[in-house]
Amino acid sequence: MTGDTVLQVRNLAVEFDSIDGTVHAVNNVSFDLKRGQTLGVVGESGSGKSVSMMSLLRLIAEPPGKITSGSAVFLPRNGEPVDLLQLPKRWLARIRGDRIGFVFQDPMSSLNPLMTVGEQIAESVRKHTELQGSVCRDRAVELLEHVGIPGAAERYNNYPHQFSGGMRQRVMIAIAIACNPDIIIADEPTTALDVTVQAEIVDRMQKLTKELSISVIWISHDLGVVAGIADVLMVMYGGSVVERGEISRVYSHPRHPYTIGLLGALPKLGAAQKRLVNIGGSPPSLFSPPRQCAFAARCPWVFDRCKAERPPLFFATGSHSEDPSAHGHVTACFYDLEKDRRRDPDETGIDVTAFEVGQQG
Amino acid sequence: MQRYLFTRVIQSGLLMLGVLVITFFMVRLTGDPARTMVPRDASPERVEQMRVAMGFDDPLIIQFARYVGGAVRGDFGQSLHYRAPSMRLVLERVPATIQLTLAALGFALLFSVPLGIIGGSRPGTIWDTLARGFGLLGQTVPNFWLALMLIVVFSVELRWFPTFGRSGFASVVLPAVALGFFPLGQFTRLIRSAVLEVRSEDYIRTAYSKGIEEWQVLSRHIFRNVSITLVSILGVQFGYMLGGSIYIESIFAWPGIGRMINEAVQARDFPLVQAIAVFSAGFVVVLNLLTDIAYALIDPRIRYED
Amino acid sequence: MRIDALDQENVRSPFQRALRIVLRDKTGLIGVFLFGTVLFCAVFAAYIVPHSPIEQNLRISRQPPGWHEAGDWEYPLGTDNLGRDMLSRIIYGSRVSLTVGFFGVLIAMSIGMLLGLVAGYLGGTIDNVIMGVANLFLAIPYLLLVVVVAAVLGRSLINVILIFGFTNAPLFVRITRGEVLRIRKSGYVESAVSLGAKPGRIIFGHILPNLIGPLLTVATFEMSGMIFYEAGLGFLGLSVPPGIPSWGNMLAAGRQYIQFSPWIAAFPGLAIVFTSLGMNLLGDWLRDVLDPRMRRSAS
Repeated sequence: MTGDTVLQVRNLAVEFDSIDGTVHAVNNVSFDLKRGQTLGVVGESGSGKSVSMMSLLRLIAEPPGKITSGSAVFLPRNGEPVDLLQLPKRWLARIRGDRIGFVFQDPMSSLNPLMTVGEQIAESVRKHTELQGSVCRDRAVELLEHVGIPGAAERYNNYPHQFSGGMRQRVMIAIAIACNPDIIIADEPTTALDVTVQAEIVDRMQKLTKELSISVIWISHDLGVVAGIADVLMVMYGGSVVERGEISRVYSHPRHPYTIGLLGALPKLGAAQKRLVNIGGSPPSLFSPPRQCAFAARCPWVFDRCKAERPPLFFATGSHSEDPSAHGHVTACFYDLEKDRRRDPDETGIDVTAFEVGQQG
Repeated sequence: MQRYLFTRVIQSGLLMLGVLVITFFMVRLTGDPARTMVPRDASPERVEQMRVAMGFDDPLIIQFARYVGGAVRGDFGQSLHYRAPSMRLVLERVPATIQLTLAALGFALLFSVPLGIIGGSRPGTIWDTLARGFGLLGQTVPNFWLALMLIVVFSVELRWFPTFGRSGFASVVLPAVALGFFPLGQFTRLIRSAVLEVRSEDYIRTAYSKGIEEWQVLSRHIFRNVSITLVSILGVQFGYMLGGSIYIESIFAWPGIGRMINEAVQARDFPLVQAIAVFSAGFVVVLNLLTDIAYALIDPRIRYED
Repeated sequence: MRIDALDQENVRSPFQRALRIVLRDKTGLIGVFLFGTVLFCAVFAAYIVPHSPIEQNLRISRQPPGWHEAGDWEYPLGTDNLGRDMLSRIIYGSRVSLTVGFFGVLIAMSIGMLLGLVAGYLGGTIDNVIMGVANLFLAIPYLLLVVVVAAVLGRSLINVILIFGFTNAPLFVRITRGEVLRIRKSGYVESAVSLGAKPGRIIFGHILPNLIGPLLTVATFEMSGMIFYEAGLGFLGLSVPPGIPSWGNMLAAGRQYIQFSPWIAAFPGLAIVFTSLGMNLLGDWLRDVLDPRMRRSAS
């Protein structure tokens, strides 16, 4: 489980300019992704989970969006490490779809209605490989077979509206794995699907990614789905990471009030379809710059320090490792829930930049 | 698809019947069509003569049956002014108008397509401002005035193009620009907003996520989707240009049906006016039918519908 | 637990928000200014014109604008073929344009709203008939229809207003009906119906308030269009009688002298561009402010 690091994100911040002011959508997000590992990212809508992952490959609208700080070092299987946030757009285009694939939430709107599904798969193959013409087509058919579309050769010429939701999502998966990527970023890939189809898509994703040892960032607001597939869990709230660690550890010893709220709101671990809504209060407004704990207004353990400064990440007591890049258990809370007391003012948070692969950037 | 086509053809037929009703009553709005069709200072005897000649004494239903019966055979009676079958006169003028309209359409598309696409895909830049500016100007500059100003600048001052007539390529330039300016603005606005809209679709994000570069996303994904919107309004625009040609053809003495409408109206030659109106409406109806079919052919969602 | 005030400090109030829309859209301000100017001219024409708009003086006919070497600042925009002051005539011309535009839209909107409400609310056969007729009118080339009807009815201000009022109604029918259908589907109206609210209460309480935004926006554009078409009819000699100073009539006269005295045609045309530019900018702005669904993105 502690393989090589494939992606290392540090201090990512994203803002959006809106008519009502500047939205601080993502603040200081840092995490590591290991090869072959699945990172589950959970949070309610507006927590910045999608925006932070999409902005890694500049797939947010700019403007109004803007990446204001951070780095995202990507270490491909064969190739030099690069900071994705510093790459010119042309280079980024070579990584998108080739080294890093995507699966989006709504498979209906995510496929071009005026292009055959086969062509939409072949487009990616043609872009990133030497394959041309009919070979490219054959590869696309092969991919369709691979994701379990019956009669793939005939289905190549179908349009998205002739497919069911689950089949469309399989097409999206085929596009994502077309070039055998290092990472797949899956943004709520099962949310728009029927419950019966969800399990099928989850299984297929897991099987394919294990087979090809692809790392997955699985964004979801459904703890039930994530529980079954993720190795590491990252909980986001108000644009920040509030807790992160091995999934079993976080589930058994949640160390952030928000996570505790989430798990409390989850009647039985693994139960499907539990939305994260049953926590008192409403999500924070992101208009104000991050000067306090985003969860302060809803937190039962809140005290004055939480409203005066933003909590950095602390190691949770009992974490198996003191290296956050090795997925030691961390929480962004001034209250030590293990010892049930406020943290010492001189207890310093983790300096995430101290844990970097190769120490570059 | 077949059922869709069938309904559209039936609708078009009903529409044409409606057009006949409107054109029939159009000349009877004042209640005394004979009076309408003679000069204002005509003697009562002259009016009476017209009433008898046109059969306005018959019951309305007989008149209407006669009108529809004739219209179906393409017979709209004699032109009062030219003393010749109205429809034949119209058909003689059609090629000139089609030539002018196509030239205007070509001019409009030539500038609006690149302008709209660049403007829509680069919001906030100077290109976008330009696209929005032209979109606005197209709606605010009257074509009859633009035509006069074009003549002042390019014919009178610079002597680049003839002031009037239909004689070779040079003579079509100014009328085409004047007539095409409104569609130019409309198309630019439409293409720009369509590009803006398509740009934010999820499937465009998918295209980018596949590593497709911007110009390819534009040409392969965005333009294909925008062209549907464009095709869908071509018929409407053609109808507009038929109307606009009333001014433009009159100003440039272009021998098409637009100028003929003006002449017929001034001469109170209403049988001819009716022929032109029915022909133009029919033309637009057929064109709308054709664009709908083209629409269905481009868009697989309709093509495969049953 | 509610979000405390700390979080709200960077959120703008509705007033600030409206102000920001106005200021960001400087074009909207320009629109207000342009239209305001025209409105002012129309209302106070009698007090601001330097000369009589109808008095002829053939000795000074076709005098170029003031800045021209042969011009005279007494007549800043020159004089027409009958020696009448161009500026004064243009100022008076705004009255015809705005009158036609205002009453034309008023009639079109009244008819359109009534029929659109009936069609959208009752549905069924009545809906089919109303929409069939509306679409029929939209199928005939608009200008052709207007020109022929104007020629049949003869030149008068009332006729022009009636023509525009009736021929533009179908557009308002379509918009009203579309909105009614959309609003009827929305949850709150459905629940009002199920709670036994009377049709009158639903129409006046729920549907009409929602219609105001879209209709007002369309009305602005349509008014601009009518001003446009009135001038066009005048240009063909089919609008108000020749004695009345209107921009269309002035253009028609100017056309004869286009070769040697182009200003006679140029200025009334500029007045039309000025007015319709103002109304279009105003319309765009109204759409942004009144119709949140159509609001442009923050970019």
